[in-house]
Amino acid sequence: MPGRVEGKVAFVTGAARGQGRSHALRLAQEGADIIAVDLTGQIDTVPYAMSTPADLDETVRQVEALDRRIVATQADVRDFDALKGALDAGVAQLGKLDIVSANAGIFSFGTLDELTEEQWSDMLAVNLTGVWHTVKAAIPHLKANGGGSMILTSSTAGLLAIPNIGHYVAAKHGVVGVMKTAALELAPFNIRVNSVHPTSVNTDMIQNSATYELFAPDLTPEQRTKEALAPRFQTLNVLPIPWVEPIDISNAVLWLASDESRYVTGLEVRVDAGQLLK
Amino acid sequence: MTGRVEGKVAFVTGAARGQGRSHALRLAQEGADIIAVDICESIPSIERYYAGSTQADLDETVRQIEALDRRVVARKADVRDFDELKAALDEGVAELGHVDVVAANAGVFAFGDKTHEVSESDWQDVIDINQTGVWHTAKAVIPHLIEQGTGGSMILTSSTAGLKGTPNVAAYTASKHAVVGIMRTLALELAPYRIRVNTVHPTGVATDMILNEAAFKLFLPDVEHPTKEQAAAVFESTNALPIPWVEPVDISNAVLFLASDEARYVTGTELKVDAGYTIK
Repeated sequence: MPGRVEGKVAFVTGAARGQGRSHALRLAQEGADIIAVDLTGQIDTVPYAMSTPADLDETVRQVEALDRRIVATQADVRDFDALKGALDAGVAQLGKLDIVSANAGIFSFGTLDELTEEQWSDMLAVNLTGVWHTVKAAIPHLKANGGGSMILTSSTAGLLAIPNIGHYVAAKHGVVGVMKTAALELAPFNIRVNSVHPTSVNTDMIQNSATYELFAPDLTPEQRTKEALAPRFQTLNVLPIPWVEPIDISNAVLWLASDESRYVTGLEVRVDAGQLLK
Repeated sequence: MTGRVEGKVAFVTGAARGQGRSHALRLAQEGADIIAVDICESIPSIERYYAGSTQADLDETVRQIEALDRRVVARKADVRDFDELKAALDEGVAELGHVDVVAANAGVFAFGDKTHEVSESDWQDVIDINQTGVWHTAKAVIPHLIEQGTGGSMILTSSTAGLKGTPNVAAYTASKHAVVGIMRTLALELAPYRIRVNTVHPTGVATDMILNEAAFKLFLPDVEHPTKEQAAAVFESTNALPIPWVEPVDISNAVLFLASDEARYVTGTELKVDAGYTIK
């Protein structure tokens, strides 16, 4: 029985682990081949350990275990030429491009008066400019393909504001701007562009001591366990859960990537356990 | 292979034709049994736009669901009449065992009058069906969902007119905005029960509701008898994607996504299936 994206080729950034790996796997499960990139390295202003080459290798292994093809390259979304080179090589190998998941992103914190130049510029460079670079690199391939679907990963922080992450909020709001502009510009080419807006997702981006400190500054480091932090995260949501799983975002990405959503464009899909209702 | 809503029971209002029939079929294709209601009548103030649904329409919906080897309980019921609606739903739940998904889809489209020239009854009919009818649908089903204790998913049909204004479409626009308010309230109230509530917002859908001369004249007021082809060009100019209207199945695919466990943490959202209408 054909999968919901059978025979399509999907470009996923930040695919080494977390949401990106989950999107690559979910799309592969439904019949897509994958072009995967990831920095697989550390950015100084990011206060948690970022992905490694071994992570990207594991994504490759898991996609291949589903009997799908995957072309994986180390590439930095801040470097347009490198990103384009990786995508072009993937398209050359796999034949075309249908789907783009602009997922690569980082998280760090500080109030607007305390943030350093470097924290701000790293955040905007990866979470906003990196998304534009991904879109820019993909457009010629999607046009050649006669159409396609791009899903840009924003956040609930792309729709509302949260203290201590002003640069993240700004970048994720910016992603919505890129999304809507791209949706308008590319509609005549049958290319759809939408965004996904997760609440907290159960990955290394939030499950780390730095994020725990942000959510529970009143607890000692020893007290800041995952169990102790769960109720703190849960206060953001309306459904009684602390965080969603990567698969929940991947299911939204899959729906947007597939022909089931063939006339959906310019939409912010929230997978947020009701966070925006509050 | 297990369907995406396998074993669930879906309550669909306005199921005799158009989007409602499409939702019932799409959910049935993916393994759900259906409780279907429809007024199966013309509504006098709407007749000048398009003819109402009939019992034969609802019977055809039943036939198509049963052809998919799913069970269906169909009843003639007016969403403006709470007791009648509740009785129909309760009968369906009694027969099928439970209810898990709700597609509050029943609605009418009225247009053409300036807001200050709309008659009392014309205004009231649209509000009663599109707005109060949605509340009635929720009111009837919520006790079942809470008692069952297994969560649930409610999808309320709004419109691009639930997000943007259009001249000469006052009552419809008001009622569709109201559906968003009902959704947000319900999403907050029902979250502790893990009952999710969302809206869908179609642009024009290729059904009797817009494929009629009255609707064509709304877009081509200077043409005496506008054709579908002439109207299509104008409809298309309102969307970003180069299409005049979407098909019922496009809305059904969004309803299916929201109804399924794939969207288990999606609540309080407005899901536009609008070819970019609202971003233009």
